[in-house]
Amino acid sequence: MSQPRSPSGAERPVTHRTIEAVWRIESARLIGGLTRIVRDVGLAEDLAQDALVVALERWPGSGVPDNPGAWLMATAKYLAIDSLRRSRRLEHKHEQIAREIGIQLAMDASDLEAALDDQIGDDVLSLMFMCCHPVLSTDARIALTLRLLGGLTTSEIARGFLVPEPTVAQRIVRAKRTLSAAGVPFEVPQGDELKSRLSSVLEVVYLVFNEGYTATAGEDWMRPALCEEALRLGRILTSLAPSEPEVHGLLALMELQASRAAARVDSTGDPVLLPQQDRGRWDQLQLRRGLAALELAEQLAASGSGGDGGGGGGAAGPYALQAAIAACHARARTAAETDWHRIATLYGALAQLLGSPVVELNRAVALGMAFGPAAGLELVDAVASEPSLASYHLLPSVRGDLLERLGRSAEARLEFERAASLTQNSREREVLLRRAAAAAAEPSPDCGDSAL
Amino acid sequence: MRFMMFIYPGLKEEADWMPSAEAVAAMSKYNEELTKAGVLLSLDGLHPTSEGARISYEGGTQRITDGPFAETKEVIGGYWMIQVRSKEEAIEWASRCPAGGDVVLEVRRVFEMSDFSPELQAAGGLSEVPPEQTVAQ
Repeated sequence: MSQPRSPSGAERPVTHRTIEAVWRIESARLIGGLTRIVRDVGLAEDLAQDALVVALERWPGSGVPDNPGAWLMATAKYLAIDSLRRSRRLEHKHEQIAREIGIQLAMDASDLEAALDDQIGDDVLSLMFMCCHPVLSTDARIALTLRLLGGLTTSEIARGFLVPEPTVAQRIVRAKRTLSAAGVPFEVPQGDELKSRLSSVLEVVYLVFNEGYTATAGEDWMRPALCEEALRLGRILTSLAPSEPEVHGLLALMELQASRAAARVDSTGDPVLLPQQDRGRWDQLQLRRGLAALELAEQLAASGSGGDGGGGGGAAGPYALQAAIAACHARARTAAETDWHRIATLYGALAQLLGSPVVELNRAVALGMAFGPAAGLELVDAVASEPSLASYHLLPSVRGDLLERLGRSAEARLEFERAASLTQNSREREVLLRRAAAAAAEPSPDCGDSAL
Repeated sequence: MRFMMFIYPGLKEEADWMPSAEAVAAMSKYNEELTKAGVLLSLDGLHPTSEGARISYEGGTQRITDGPFAETKEVIGGYWMIQVRSKEEAIEWASRCPAGGDVVLEVRRVFEMSDFSPELQAAGGLSEVPPEQTVAQ
């Protein structure tokens, strides 16, 4: 329990930003708890927002209460009773809910506090599952998750995803309507359903992360903030579902990738590829957190925890495998020390799990680094006819790189030119055309650069 | 953004440094809250200054003084590293710390590489090889 704050509360003026900060900390628990009680996520959010409005009116005069979360919850419950009682079509269900809330309010909250700790965790987790429910489109899942669990405003979400604010607002409204119409229950799924529903939650968190990560830095503060938001959600998930290996696997993957953030762009804002990155700029704290999370994911997977169904216990899931690949890079103090044999093996496991030609292409790069360009080229040629890779610029780019290393410069040039014609990114096109020109100029087999 | 949160126990005597079981339990609960909220990156508690030393420079002359130090009020007892979205959020978390007596908490924003000018960034890149990992086994 928190200690009482300074009694007057007058030591520090309570500003709008102070209350925003409290909101950010409390909103997910608040909305989760209210959704369980009123059984409608839209109504729950409205009530939470109304409680926030009351706080904005009162706190600047009274100071922030000792337990602001409990204060907001109690206020929202009173508002709920009001609104449910006032509702014209006074359904039996509403009356019953209002009565239950009244009873709860009458009880001494502090006695219940310890017992409620687990409940709060369940509420937040149920809210996550609801926001990421498969009945919603991916865009809607992302918007709703950031709004209800991240406490982000509609305008912040719009800036993060570079879409107009009304679009995001509409997505959220529609999503809440869809959940209500589909009668999606507010609960943590059990048994076989848990696995697929959990992977939907993890996917949403990773999409948020990638949205922030793939943008080049310096555009807008909101983009890197998306990475931090995803990390926060990932960390919360590891507390709420600690026995699920993939939850730790995803966190490991995000922490490891984020640890390289400062090295990914040079001082002019140009992207820097992994082999050329200044590894002294990798964030060691985040990197260690990533490795620790990976270790936990692997331990849990090996002990078969959470593996009820699907790929079977004992094997690492796709996030843990990707994290393990990221960890190979993280552990290498120089690019030359990278354990490409292990990376190739991990990509092999990932390819088996996902059956994706893009993963195979990555495995080809790793094979090329581990066993020489001929080994890589063999695999590239095996997947080259995959329709999904037909216009994927990295296919000819990787192939060109391997051919160049084999001394087949004329063929390499054609591949680089083809890759240049396929890429959407102008900077990348320049690099590829330069490589094509270089391949045309020198026929000697030498260069050992990777296309990664 | 990241904040370092420092705690100054404000003790009159370093002999009182070891907290009570009650205080430790309260602090554990607080740390758990930080963890559950997804904001905690790392934390450590520090031994009293009798286990430490100060390396000071007066007019360019280095002087090394072993602890304990006289002015115990300004001694740091530990720190948390948290990742939050604003200074206000850092303040809010600090104000939830189960502290009493003459304790002082301080939150300080951590520099990120992008906060530095290109010249300083370049100067910071002298060593391109990161330190050895300690966790990987």
